[in-house]
Amino acid sequence: MSKVYLALQDNDEARYIVEAIEEDNPESTIIHQPAMIRIEAEGYLVVKRETVEEKMGRDWDMQELHLSLITLGGNVDEDDDQLSLSWNE
Amino acid sequence: MSVQAIVPDYRGVVRDRFENFHGNQLVYVAWDKHLMFCAPFAFPVPPEMSFKSLLTDVATDVFAVHPEFDQLDWSKAEWLLDGQPFIPQLDVALKDQGISHKSVLRFQTPELKGYMGADI
Amino acid sequence: MNKNKVTTMAAKKLSLKEKYSLLTRDLDWEFSYQDRKDAFPMEEFEGIKITDWSKWEDPFRLTMDAYWKYQAEKEKKLYAILDAFAQNNGHLNVSDPRYVNAIKLFLTGISPQEYQAHQGFAHIGRQYGGVGARIACQMQSIDELRHVQTQVHAMSQFNKYFDGFQSWSNMQDRVWYLSVPTSFFHDARSAGPFEFLVAIGFSFEYVLTNLLFVPFMSGAAYNGDMATVTFGFSAQSDEARHMTLGLEVIKFLLEQHEDNVPIVQKWIDKWFWRGTRLLTLVGMMMDYMLPNKVMSWKEAWEVYFEEAGGALFKDLARYGITMPKYAALVEKEKEHISHQAWWTFYTHGHATGFHTWIPTDEELDWLSEKYPETFDKYYRPRWEMAKKLEAEGKRFYTKALPQLCTTCQIPMLFTEMDDPTQIAYRDTVYNGDRYHFCSDGCKDIFHDEPEKYVQSWLPVHQILQGNCGGPGVEQVLSDYYHFNVGADNMDMKGSPDEKRWKQWKGVA
Repeated sequence: MSKVYLALQDNDEARYIVEAIEEDNPESTIIHQPAMIRIEAEGYLVVKRETVEEKMGRDWDMQELHLSLITLGGNVDEDDDQLSLSWNE
Repeated sequence: MSVQAIVPDYRGVVRDRFENFHGNQLVYVAWDKHLMFCAPFAFPVPPEMSFKSLLTDVATDVFAVHPEFDQLDWSKAEWLLDGQPFIPQLDVALKDQGISHKSVLRFQTPELKGYMGADI
Repeated sequence: MNKNKVTTMAAKKLSLKEKYSLLTRDLDWEFSYQDRKDAFPMEEFEGIKITDWSKWEDPFRLTMDAYWKYQAEKEKKLYAILDAFAQNNGHLNVSDPRYVNAIKLFLTGISPQEYQAHQGFAHIGRQYGGVGARIACQMQSIDELRHVQTQVHAMSQFNKYFDGFQSWSNMQDRVWYLSVPTSFFHDARSAGPFEFLVAIGFSFEYVLTNLLFVPFMSGAAYNGDMATVTFGFSAQSDEARHMTLGLEVIKFLLEQHEDNVPIVQKWIDKWFWRGTRLLTLVGMMMDYMLPNKVMSWKEAWEVYFEEAGGALFKDLARYGITMPKYAALVEKEKEHISHQAWWTFYTHGHATGFHTWIPTDEELDWLSEKYPETFDKYYRPRWEMAKKLEAEGKRFYTKALPQLCTTCQIPMLFTEMDDPTQIAYRDTVYNGDRYHFCSDGCKDIFHDEPEKYVQSWLPVHQILQGNCGGPGVEQVLSDYYHFNVGADNMDMKGSPDEKRWKQWKGVA
């Protein structure tokens, strides 16, 4: 299985998003690099709106992810509640 | 198909035809295994120029900065013309010994190993 | 934040999927009195077969209202930081004045290509019969325009204090090394709409731009350049969307018709090769031009191509798509190309619009550590030689112009990868004229469409034809390239940039 990944800017918003991703994807690896945070996982990774809202303590629109997103790898599927990354092998 | 074009029989303009160089032809010259010079040099020269003149009037100035240049004996250099072994005739014009527009001339000096023996 | 709005309007909030469907399906119409082929005349000549445009899907399902909202927010954040950068003399906080030369190369080499990408997507966005594709190209076209504008604004602060930033728009299609990225985009833009999309949308954006933006921008942050890291990451947030579209495009084309598979594979092979050649410049920036280094070019290649690209091509294998031709060769090249390129720029430093230099001893050691198989054996001796010549007062600049590859337009600096002491030569004779290439990849591309590449505007040949002013190189540099000769070019040592930096920092 190949890795999917997501990189976010290292900013205040993204720190909550990363916390949420860590909670929802216990198998993921978080890598801190200058000014950015890279999250990778084998085969599948999901960002859930509800978990991010819980961490931030406010309403959060899935599309706000675009404000912090740097890059990603994998097939994307997004709706109002989640964004997932996966490979089909 | 020689090009994927929306019009039939599309032909490109050949930008580097001999006729565009005002009477000169291009000759590329390189000293193999001497990578102080990162790439072959491009020289515009008259096709009537002799090989000797190419060496002494054109190439020498450019290659002379190499620390091994003093040890270089042109008469012992081995040549390739467009990838094939070639024995140059010093007093014959370039065009009369098969050195045509955009030909590559490479010379090799197996006894000179480059700076620090590193092919530099 | 949308809650008030929703309650006052008392309307049901549409889901992402519903909004996207309304925009990209219901806005289209049938052609009743015009032939569809006249409306989209470029859709067929490349041989690509589209049977059902409605299968086009943007996985982000981005609609125009959301697009403008989030782009505006990105811009506000970016410009707040650019203001702060300027107001706080951010240019003084960079790690080392040599760093700024990487930014000069970025502005002259990359920003104008953002503009070409904008033009390219605007053009192809008109050519597709499907609304989803047209909308996606429209957004990307606007994104690319935003990128060139924000990059120029961000770097304008450096233009106030450093040389070499003043004539990027004039330089981009004239200067010998800038013809490399410029001709890359000319090649893509003069192709049909589907090749452009595979070239830029997939091969470049998906497979290769991570290598440009991610480690390089992280490097900018590490070198104290707040302006560049900010525009870089702001642009990259759009790139994440472009990459996703690039992948969707490929899947869409491959699913539409089996006849598309070999055509797409050929384009992937071509543009992967062209892209890796272009990225030689980025490799050189990472290994030699960033004083504080984040990762080596080799490491970046391993993470962003071998690992990420490997996963991608495994995913595409179910369509019959294979790894790009020459991927195995490129795996060898990662050990060499950055060194071969910086040596070329160093030895042509009198003709570059930025400064060049010999790496410091610490940097040479870092290179040895990062490239244990190759650096000490093949490349360190060059720098020992350069140091010796410099110490003798004979800083080395080559005295003649280099031979260029007809396809990628890079000087013939690449060696055989199994013998890094031997320049690689490939040539062919077409209609009585001889053409030269740096590699089998570049030769293959010529062979496939010779009538396209016989037109290559090779800067060295143009100079020698007398089309760039002259007669001497110095006049070409000053009158045709608009360099400030003696300030923009030559070694970092002794440059006005260096002198000013020392004054600002109060060192002798």
